[in-house]
Amino acid sequence: MRDVAVIGVGLTKFGELWDKSFRQLIAEAGSKAIFDAGVSGNEIDAMYIGSMSSGRFIGQEHIGALVADASGFSQLHIPATRVEGACASGGLAMREGYLSIASGMNDIVVVGGIEKMNDVGGNFATETLATAADQEWEAFFGVTFPGLYAMIAMRHMHEYGTTKEQLAQVAVKNHANGILNPYAQYQRKITLEQALNATMVAYPLGLMDCSPVTDGAASVILCAAEKTKKFTDKPVKIIASGQGSDTLALHSRRDICTLDATVHAAKMAYKQANLKSSNIDLAEVHDCFTIAEICAIEDLGFVEKGQGGKAVENKITTLDGSLPVNTSGGLKSKGHPVGATGVAQIVEITQQLRGEAEKRQVKDARIGLAHNIGGSGATCTVHILEAV
Amino acid sequence: MDGGVARFWREIPQRYNLIGNKCESCKRVFFPPRESCPHCRRKSMGKMEDIKLSGSGEIITYTIIHVGPEAFEEQVPYPIAIIKLDEGPHITAQIVDCNIDDVKIGMKVQSTFRKIQEDGYVGAIYYGYKFKPLR
Repeated sequence: MRDVAVIGVGLTKFGELWDKSFRQLIAEAGSKAIFDAGVSGNEIDAMYIGSMSSGRFIGQEHIGALVADASGFSQLHIPATRVEGACASGGLAMREGYLSIASGMNDIVVVGGIEKMNDVGGNFATETLATAADQEWEAFFGVTFPGLYAMIAMRHMHEYGTTKEQLAQVAVKNHANGILNPYAQYQRKITLEQALNATMVAYPLGLMDCSPVTDGAASVILCAAEKTKKFTDKPVKIIASGQGSDTLALHSRRDICTLDATVHAAKMAYKQANLKSSNIDLAEVHDCFTIAEICAIEDLGFVEKGQGGKAVENKITTLDGSLPVNTSGGLKSKGHPVGATGVAQIVEITQQLRGEAEKRQVKDARIGLAHNIGGSGATCTVHILEAV
Repeated sequence: MDGGVARFWREIPQRYNLIGNKCESCKRVFFPPRESCPHCRRKSMGKMEDIKLSGSGEIITYTIIHVGPEAFEEQVPYPIAIIKLDEGPHITAQIVDCNIDDVKIGMKVQSTFRKIQEDGYVGAIYYGYKFKPLR
């Protein structure tokens, strides 16, 4: 296997982007990444695009070719492949791009992630997200996507004494980080009281426990490590790529509060990088709901199982804490264009490791981890990146 | 729920009568029925036997849905739970015939046959299981 590095990143503004189309968004993210990498375009061997549900959100499938076309690659006829794993589609695209270079098949690839969610109504968007759950044995019976995470939260509270305040503190922290990210959907502070008193969605999760519906795209350029010199003096090496799966339905899992897909993907990644969780300087984790961030920091091994709530309360995961989590604002504040999220996490980690995260910069950041989840935990990717 | 009537009637045995299956190799019980046992895999092929579940179990976690899917909008707020059935498998269903405040982790419940959804005013009516407190 060859070493692989990130040599360029690009991101669109995240939010309700009424004046931007799917094509414009992905072309913008892609061209920013290409300019950042300093590649002309002719060197690109292939393209991998993560998108969860373009078919329902904009009535368009066949996204691989569309993205290559929209980004100006139609005359180069490069392989362009769309990858899907619900909200982990971006993380999967990243891993496919990584594997294609590591294997020796490609030298330089574009990885993109996109979701254009606001062209449909709120109800339709919610039902589309619920297609990540088991349609036959969960959604049919009236459970919503927030409802599944709410059931994880209830069990976590029951077993470990996690509190609603601790959940709210995740949202407060991520909004505090989002203020510092000009690309974030919400750049405003929220208070603990606001988070606790927000409209109830699925008890115990209120509106401020939930990530929003977002339009946005992200892109990274990956390159065989031996060939980066030509393009950049600040490559960021991908030192591990892990992936795991689990039962589609939450109720069939070994333990309701543990995402075994995360445990498995993390184990795979730590083994490949020959690192322990304590070696990680910062992490972008999949906080689609506040409870998901608490489970993530436990399942990634940053804290003991059940101690996630306390860790948040003790401010371990704040920007100036011992393990900053979701410096970008996370899905909660930066926004969650589902297919783009896994790629956007890589963008944030890369900027941090290059020392280009401006007001969000984590001091002396050398090793960063990105954790992307699909559904209620049936798919997970974990990538570990290192400053060279 | 879109997808045509066949998609629903295919699942009638499970949804009306709680038909699961059992791996004759390790004796684990599954609901809904699985083509093979994830623990025994190859050894379970051809050894998965249908079994009717009792429908009695215990709530292991729950939520109260305040923002529901369109088909359930008029029922909000309503409780949904994951129930551990006496035979072993876990199942997701609505909890009915009690006050929302009475729903608790550890509560004993029993399945009951109910209407779940309908395809508008003229389409098919979909039935299935909900659970009620065991009194």
